[in-house]
Amino acid sequence: MSKLRPVARYAALILITLIFVTPLVWMLLTSVKTYDVAQQDPPSWLPNPFSTYGYDQILNNTANPVLRWFLNSMLAATLHTLLVLVTASMAAYALARMRFRGRGLLFALIVGTLFLPPTSLIIPNFIIAERINWIDTLTVVVVPGAASAFGVFFLRQFFLSIPAELEEAAVLDGANQWQIFRQVLLPLSKPALATLAVLSFLTNWNDFLWPVYVLFSPERLTLPAGLGLLQGAYVTDYPVIMAGAMLASVPVLILFVFAQRHVIQGVSRSGLKG
Amino acid sequence: MADVIEAGAARDSAPPPSGPTSRRRATQRGNRATPYLFLAPYLVLFGVFGLAPILFGVWISLHQWDLQLPNRPFIGFDNYQDLFSSDSAIYGDWWSSVRATGIFTLFSVPLLVVIPLGLALLLNRSFPGRTFFRAAFFAPYVLGVAVIGLLWRFLLDANLGLVNLLLGAVGLPSDTPWVTDVPWAWVSLVGVTVWWTCGFNAVIYLAGLQDIPPELYEAAKVDGAGGWDRFRHVTIPGLRPVVLFVLTTTILASANVFGQALLITQGAPGEQTRTVVWRIVDEGLRDYDAGRAAAMSVFFALMLAVVSVVNFRLFRYRED
Repeated sequence: MSKLRPVARYAALILITLIFVTPLVWMLLTSVKTYDVAQQDPPSWLPNPFSTYGYDQILNNTANPVLRWFLNSMLAATLHTLLVLVTASMAAYALARMRFRGRGLLFALIVGTLFLPPTSLIIPNFIIAERINWIDTLTVVVVPGAASAFGVFFLRQFFLSIPAELEEAAVLDGANQWQIFRQVLLPLSKPALATLAVLSFLTNWNDFLWPVYVLFSPERLTLPAGLGLLQGAYVTDYPVIMAGAMLASVPVLILFVFAQRHVIQGVSRSGLKG
Repeated sequence: MADVIEAGAARDSAPPPSGPTSRRRATQRGNRATPYLFLAPYLVLFGVFGLAPILFGVWISLHQWDLQLPNRPFIGFDNYQDLFSSDSAIYGDWWSSVRATGIFTLFSVPLLVVIPLGLALLLNRSFPGRTFFRAAFFAPYVLGVAVIGLLWRFLLDANLGLVNLLLGAVGLPSDTPWVTDVPWAWVSLVGVTVWWTCGFNAVIYLAGLQDIPPELYEAAKVDGAGGWDRFRHVTIPGLRPVVLFVLTTTILASANVFGQALLITQGAPGEQTRTVVWRIVDEGLRDYDAGRAAAMSVFFALMLAVVSVVNFRLFRYRED
């Protein structure tokens, strides 16, 4: 629209990129500084001398088992993602491809909860989790959030876009619904499933509010929940705190780099086009 | 979002030409119970952690529900009354948190609706490096609130922080109390949130921009419309459903602000940046008064529902 000349456009883009990226670079640089260098006023950009002090502190600390938190998060996010993929894809298949009593109402209910602020359910969800003895377990950070209305909505829209004719051949071969779902529909849906997998993993990996309140034991925390303790323990020891933040960031940044195109397209399509 | 749902529904009722027969055939094969078997795993999850909590939350809110006591007497609307009567113990704290969330939402939403549109316009045309810039703008969004909270607490530190250092380097005041005093605490919370999430909205705008037929721009050009006119008469109307979507999701997200305030300003100064969600979880899960917390949640959800409905009405009205 605007007739920005290329130079002006690139100048603007580079300036904005600096604003977005500099804080992340600062996080990385600080995580490999010594305590003294991080405390310098004025601060120095370069980690001179380069130091693994921050990482040593968090990895060899028995009071705050950061490595354990990392593994907890990894396990929770992986299981959560699998649970979302299996339950949402099966439900979406039924909603997209089958006629049955209550289908319209059910779909409306599921979509309706998309509008509800998730935090408005946190008190009853806490009490439910408590009654079934899930508080302070891995299960409580894996399962409740997996009731993904978004996942069902997103996959249903994608399934609707796959022509039903492709299933006809399988029917002629005598395949049942489960075989059609597993052998025809799911293989055709890899991009959508990958997008949902990445988004589910990101959401669970980054979740903060729920784990902070449902996990207590130091060895059971997820990484985001544990980072608060780390900050409390090291107050202004920024190499240590930034090393912890790096540990929480690196897996999702790597995932993002590899899945970038899918994630971004998934985000834009899920909202608007289905 | 309603447009999205309607689009989905419309697609449902108007399948491609060969659709009806194959669909009917699809329903005839298999057992009557088959669809429910496919739905069962999800419905267990959705029932227990999606639908049940909605009804259960309302039920709790009508009781004096102390998490530590066995007796939970029914008290009708007393918990709701407490939110509105100035002599109740929670009145002051509650409305202070509503004010905090209100201020945050009021300032963050317009920025998160407008700035990402600018970014999307910058990225809309195809040019070398476009993918790189798009990824760079989106990158902060993939980090969690715990990480961005710790990171910005450090960056905004009045003495050791990079922000004051850079400001000092260009001759501006270098001792701004970004996280401990107002209005700076608000500038920080809003600024960090814009930095963190605006890539997300920009991506949604980009998808919307690419859906506007290029012929509309061509036609406008032929009619002699300049860049600004084309933006006003082609881009903006073409983006209306996208703007509605962005506006609604951003209001919901901003009203749910919690982690930033907890980690960056830590509620300071005083309790001024302690938000509604923070107040709800504290009331319920730290002070164990689940009844009041549930009443706050129901009231909060209703307020947001009203805002969403008003949103849709306004946009619909202007369409006529």
